[in-house]
Amino acid sequence: MKPAAFAYRRATSVAEAVAWLGEDPDAKVIAGGQSLIPLMNFRLSRPDSLIDIMHIEGLTDVQVRGDKLHLGTLLRHEALSQHETVLRTCPVLAEAAGNVGHWAIRNRGTLGGSLAHADPASELPAACVALGATFHLASTQGTRHVAARDFYLGFLTTAMEPGELLVGVEVPLHSEVRYGFSEIARRPGDFALAGAFVELSSQQQGAVTWFGIGGGPERRPVVLTADRADRARVWREALQSVEMLDEDAYRIQAAMTVAERAYDQAVGRNC
Amino acid sequence: MSTTTTSQTMSISLRVNGEERTLPVEPRWSLADVLRRELGLTGTHIGCEQGVCGACTVLVDGTPQRSCLMFAVQAQGCELTTIEGVTPERGLSALQQAFSKEHALQCGFCTPAMVLTATALLAQNPHPSEAEVREALSGNICRCTGYQSIVEAVMSAAKEA
Repeated sequence: MKPAAFAYRRATSVAEAVAWLGEDPDAKVIAGGQSLIPLMNFRLSRPDSLIDIMHIEGLTDVQVRGDKLHLGTLLRHEALSQHETVLRTCPVLAEAAGNVGHWAIRNRGTLGGSLAHADPASELPAACVALGATFHLASTQGTRHVAARDFYLGFLTTAMEPGELLVGVEVPLHSEVRYGFSEIARRPGDFALAGAFVELSSQQQGAVTWFGIGGGPERRPVVLTADRADRARVWREALQSVEMLDEDAYRIQAAMTVAERAYDQAVGRNC
Repeated sequence: MSTTTTSQTMSISLRVNGEERTLPVEPRWSLADVLRRELGLTGTHIGCEQGVCGACTVLVDGTPQRSCLMFAVQAQGCELTTIEGVTPERGLSALQQAFSKEHALQCGFCTPAMVLTATALLAQNPHPSEAEVREALSGNICRCTGYQSIVEAVMSAAKEA
């Protein structure tokens, strides 16, 4: 199908975009459009007005400042997955970005778009929850900071207020924490049937963050041992507190499998 | 929706297959529709209009992107390459010849996008492994060939280059 008619404006600065959003809180922001345009083509979304933010300069930066990685939200997934600084300082994030959609989608979709859209099967919101990232939300009132762990409220729902624009992501770099990532999809690039990030802050202390199994990223602190059967019990127990998309035995099995694979990767990784 | 947005027309300038084009578009027109209807470049095929099938893939600034998931107004200032842009005036490109030789097409609906995606892959990675070819093409659906011959065509074009 074809989208309904809409008015289109191209912002060239954050100040301009948030001023327009302030005037017209029902306007939708478009960046890469890889989630929004399918919804518009099906007329599931019929915004009266679109504000294109792709021409704002300075939102594709990648910088390490102190012990934090700062990412601009207009970074394309492909750029994030191959950026030398990201690969060196936060390889699990680069790996997750490389698993977003297919090549053509990664060439156009943006970090901010994926984070704000909050699809429960998407990799990057869960990565930011696992990594303890902080989001910078700009509006005409200024910029506020929200922890990724407080940002996701459920299926396609976030803590963003009308008039806000996601302009930056700050990822703390903890050299002592090891991360692993795994996902299962029917084909490479398809939506995940289940995916997981595992963090290990010591031999036993850690957390698992699942995606694709519930309404959003699901992070659970866990105590892990070197015994595989014991870990299976830990994953199963953690999953009991997740409101699953379905009670399908297959999805639970898939969630346990990706957690175990992510754990194995974390154990073998130094950062 | 309580109000009806009246159609707005905007002028865009972009390069298509090396040629500067300036034309008026409505914001709601997809790049795929504009390429086909306004510019007459019907080699870009439209399948699902939701980003799943890959048939409308074109090269935007050298990288494969879905022209059904991009409004033409967003292509302002972009460099576009469609299948017409990689096809010689006479005959076929080496990659297209490989598609022919390896029987990498049957109905041909997915072929322009397959060729463009493979063109971008080979430009970036002239000697890809089979796994890399499969990964690059994984966003393009073919319902005829079973993919084997498409992968073989790309591998053989890479080998002969």
